[in-house]
Amino acid sequence: MPDKKERIDIHKYLAEFEDIPGTRVFTAQRARKGYHLNQFAMSLMKDENRQRFLADEKAYLDEWDLTDAAKKAVLARDYNGMIDEGGNIYFLSKLFSTDRKSFQFAAGSMTGMTQEEYAEMMLKGGRSPEGQRSIKGKY
Amino acid sequence: MARVTTGITSSHIPALGAALETGNWNNEYWGPVFEGYQPIKDWIARPENTPDVVVLVYNDHATAFDMNIIPTFAIGCAEKFEPADEGWGPRPVPDVIGHPDLAWHMAQSLILDDFDMCIMNDMKVDHGCTVPLSMIFGEPEAWPCKVIPFPVNVVTYPPPSGRRCFNLGDSIKAAVESFPEDLNVHVWGTGGMSHQLQGPRAGLINKDFDLNFIEQLIDDPETLSKMPHIQYLRESGSEGIELVMWLIMRGALGDKVKDLYRFYHIPASNTALGALILQPEATAGEALEPRSVMSGHSLAA
Repeated sequence: MPDKKERIDIHKYLAEFEDIPGTRVFTAQRARKGYHLNQFAMSLMKDENRQRFLADEKAYLDEWDLTDAAKKAVLARDYNGMIDEGGNIYFLSKLFSTDRKSFQFAAGSMTGMTQEEYAEMMLKGGRSPEGQRSIKGKY
Repeated sequence: MARVTTGITSSHIPALGAALETGNWNNEYWGPVFEGYQPIKDWIARPENTPDVVVLVYNDHATAFDMNIIPTFAIGCAEKFEPADEGWGPRPVPDVIGHPDLAWHMAQSLILDDFDMCIMNDMKVDHGCTVPLSMIFGEPEAWPCKVIPFPVNVVTYPPPSGRRCFNLGDSIKAAVESFPEDLNVHVWGTGGMSHQLQGPRAGLINKDFDLNFIEQLIDDPETLSKMPHIQYLRESGSEGIELVMWLIMRGALGDKVKDLYRFYHIPASNTALGALILQPEATAGEALEPRSVMSGHSLAA
């Protein structure tokens, strides 16, 4: 029998993701938590659903099996809040596209900066990785 | 027989498509990006360089695949693929015309080579697939070649390892080379480069990482392919993980490659943008002049 292949330790693999500042990696745990929220966002790929959602957001959201926190975050367009509820940015892009907003708008809204400050940071080369790679290692 | 003659990498960010559609492609912000792509457009328009088929490796951004079905590697085997409505209405671009004979042949060959492909016969394609076509072929009535869409999961963790992507590229090469028809096949790897679209760390750009990635992709992909996911995430932002797809392209080109053209630009919306033309060294053509172009903030010290 040949040597067994080298395996990745799944617990170590997942634990390392928690060491990245300001980042929530879309793990299975988050995918499970956000299932209905993400599927709600997918429904906005149909124009008739977008119209119905925009006409009465709360009523539309009530058709989905969402937590109160998820509903509140959607109504407030709080993208960090939606990600905390298991949302993923590519699913949530259907929501900000329905609002006629760009990825830059949505990304900027999660940073605590104004849209102008965020755009200016990007023009100046973006956020530096210095000190942003590891919480524990501080590098 | 069919041959993989060329590997191209390209960003696929939706803002590039929007810049074209709103006529903003030559303004102060987007002009340098489209200028940087112009040599690729000119090169590929020459008949000897125009592919018969592009195997277009990209990630579906929650479009064809929602939370119900999440294939790691999929291959589009249909006659055609329509642009998807991602919330703005479908992109006003031609349908993507497939090459079912080659695609099915590749699917069989890859499965026999231990890559368990998900075969797609009814699939819409999102900006991941259509934006690179627009950037490289412009705005024609119909795309000038057949395209085999090749979606890779890099959204729900874990995505495939760089190693597995690199090996998949090698198997794609073998699959193409065992197809009897004489075809000029390109493999395109799209996405990247460094970017993060979520959370307080959104906007991360890492020029040093990106430029090293390009160097290593060309000269030492074997070592590069061993980079663990955590390093992509720490160094190139949470969405920088898309770069594993460039290794699929690289794996399809064999051991030694020649870089005909390199373009790098900061920023394109939230991202650092990279575009390359690579060819297997033994059959490589002339490098473009200039061979390397940097623009935007990438020129800053």
